[in-house]
Amino acid sequence: MYAYDDLDRTLINERVEEFRDQVKRRLSGELTEDEFKMLRLQNGVYLQLHAYMFRVAIPYGTLSSTQLRRLAHVARRYDRGYGHFTTRQNIQFNWIKLAELPDALADLAEVGIHAMQTSGNNTRNVTSDQWAGVAPGEIEDPRIWSELVRQYTTLHPEFSFLPRKFKFAITASAHDRAAIKIHDIGLRLHKNAQGETGFEVLVGGGLGRTPFIGKTIKPYVAGRDLLSYVEAILRVYNQYGRRDNIYKARIKILVHELGIEKFAREVEDEWLAMRDSALTLDDADIEDVRSRFSYPAYDKLPHMPEELKKAAHDPLFERWRKNSVFTHKVQGYAIVTLSLKPVGGPPGDATADQMDAIADLADRYSFGEIRVGHEQNLALPHVARRDLPALWKALDKIGVATPNVNLVSDIIACPGLDYCSLANARSIPIAQELTRRFANHDTADLIGRLHINISGCINACGHHHVGHIGILGVEKNGEEFYQITIGGRADENAELGALIGPAVPYGDVADVVEDIVEAYLALRARPDELFVDTVKRLGVEPFRERVYATR
Amino acid sequence: MTSPLEQKIKITGPSMVTANRTRDGVVIYRTAARDWSTDLSDAAIVRTADEARALLVESVADDVGAVGPYIAPVEIRENGKIKPGNLREHIRSQGVTIDLPVPA
Repeated sequence: MYAYDDLDRTLINERVEEFRDQVKRRLSGELTEDEFKMLRLQNGVYLQLHAYMFRVAIPYGTLSSTQLRRLAHVARRYDRGYGHFTTRQNIQFNWIKLAELPDALADLAEVGIHAMQTSGNNTRNVTSDQWAGVAPGEIEDPRIWSELVRQYTTLHPEFSFLPRKFKFAITASAHDRAAIKIHDIGLRLHKNAQGETGFEVLVGGGLGRTPFIGKTIKPYVAGRDLLSYVEAILRVYNQYGRRDNIYKARIKILVHELGIEKFAREVEDEWLAMRDSALTLDDADIEDVRSRFSYPAYDKLPHMPEELKKAAHDPLFERWRKNSVFTHKVQGYAIVTLSLKPVGGPPGDATADQMDAIADLADRYSFGEIRVGHEQNLALPHVARRDLPALWKALDKIGVATPNVNLVSDIIACPGLDYCSLANARSIPIAQELTRRFANHDTADLIGRLHINISGCINACGHHHVGHIGILGVEKNGEEFYQITIGGRADENAELGALIGPAVPYGDVADVVEDIVEAYLALRARPDELFVDTVKRLGVEPFRERVYATR
Repeated sequence: MTSPLEQKIKITGPSMVTANRTRDGVVIYRTAARDWSTDLSDAAIVRTADEARALLVESVADDVGAVGPYIAPVEIRENGKIKPGNLREHIRSQGVTIDLPVPA
């Protein structure tokens, strides 16, 4: 966990009081909506279909049990008893009243949570690997660098009015769980030939109306130069990024239009003029941030404790363990993913009661720490393997032990037209129906890893472009239709999916997905060939034939 | 962002003006009494672009009470009952189409 200092706490508290005054002036009519809109957006407050939506930042997806309990409190006290974890490791509350928002923010500030830069044309919440600090083989904890970038970009005056929003993601593992290639800046920690730690810097990734996979702009930037290099990128973007057309304003369009070589030259020129500036990080700067992350005092524990051997006779436990428990860097411990994708449930939602219970379980079994993944699941990052049977029973009791992690019913979905003012079509009911169709765990295991991502509009909050199966809701003559893509992926081999054919109506989507999955099972070269690899090998055509032959 | 009053108003059937209430975001409808109601059946119905513009102009003027007024289609049933004219307005009027994680 990262411990805030007095500066952080003062900044957050001052921000609450500033926003309290702004809300008061809005409600009295002193501020018009035109004047107020940007102020509320800078504090994570949107207006959706039914109410205000309040997006709260969870930097790099790390929460303490105290913070999760406070989120539960906000859900219960100010909302309708639940929250929605998003694809950017944030949480959203859907029914907040503007008049009560300052109190909600003040309650959150007491535990070091805020909503700054969860909206608006600025640098957004820095996301990272939800297994940061515990993943085997990790170069080092990427949250140290995520926090440095967070501190540097928070309320940065030069980058508070960018052409469009700007998103960072950082990973330090060979397997990318942070989807860095679909971010404006993706940073991959690695070691150079001299064994020094630095970053591969990718730029111009993003989804939305015009999706692009990020391109490497510089293969190695030393840690000390990270902030100056990032600033050079942001300056070039700030100078040349388009402000005349919202649809062409993201950095991905600039990179595409200039070409990565020209863009890289511009950045390099900017950087060379400023690299040895106050932004250069010295060891003390880095150590200062590193020292404010605390790590558990792990015990020396056996890999295969008696409790685990005994529980292995229970097939239900074994199914969950094989699906949701992952290797930890410390022997005797495990990372446990908590599925927020129950059969028939809205993906990513958690009730206040569940949040409280998870916070209690984190205290008991995970040194008080919880992680949020961009796949809209939670994780307990430090669980002793001897505790897995007891933890499983407790998680099952509160409905977060569905053994479907990374399987076909572990669906990413945006709120869609049920909540969102931008959406053209619903996402959640489609996801719910698919989880019912694939509720049989034996079938899901047989299918293997398969990511379905659903967005209710072209803005792609549900990451449909990079779903193994992507579903995009569109509106045609007042009816909901859905375009289906296959072959996308968001990991280190990120690719955009390819459209399989004409959009299908709402009522046909689940049937189409079933057809695609059945085609895959018939076409795969061997049982362990993943869906996405079969699509890569064969292309879209056999799937298109299967889906449209009878339609 | 273009003001709703700067946009060309084109309606193809009976319409109303809807917005969200400033203090809590609740969906509201402009009434013939120049007020707002949370009940769609209270909405003032307009049938021409000029009527729609006039209703929108007075709605936008209430910047303290309402956020983002816009014109939306409605259906008028044979019994005179007003129904939302599209799925978006149906969801705004009737609520989400799914069960909420915590029953109200």
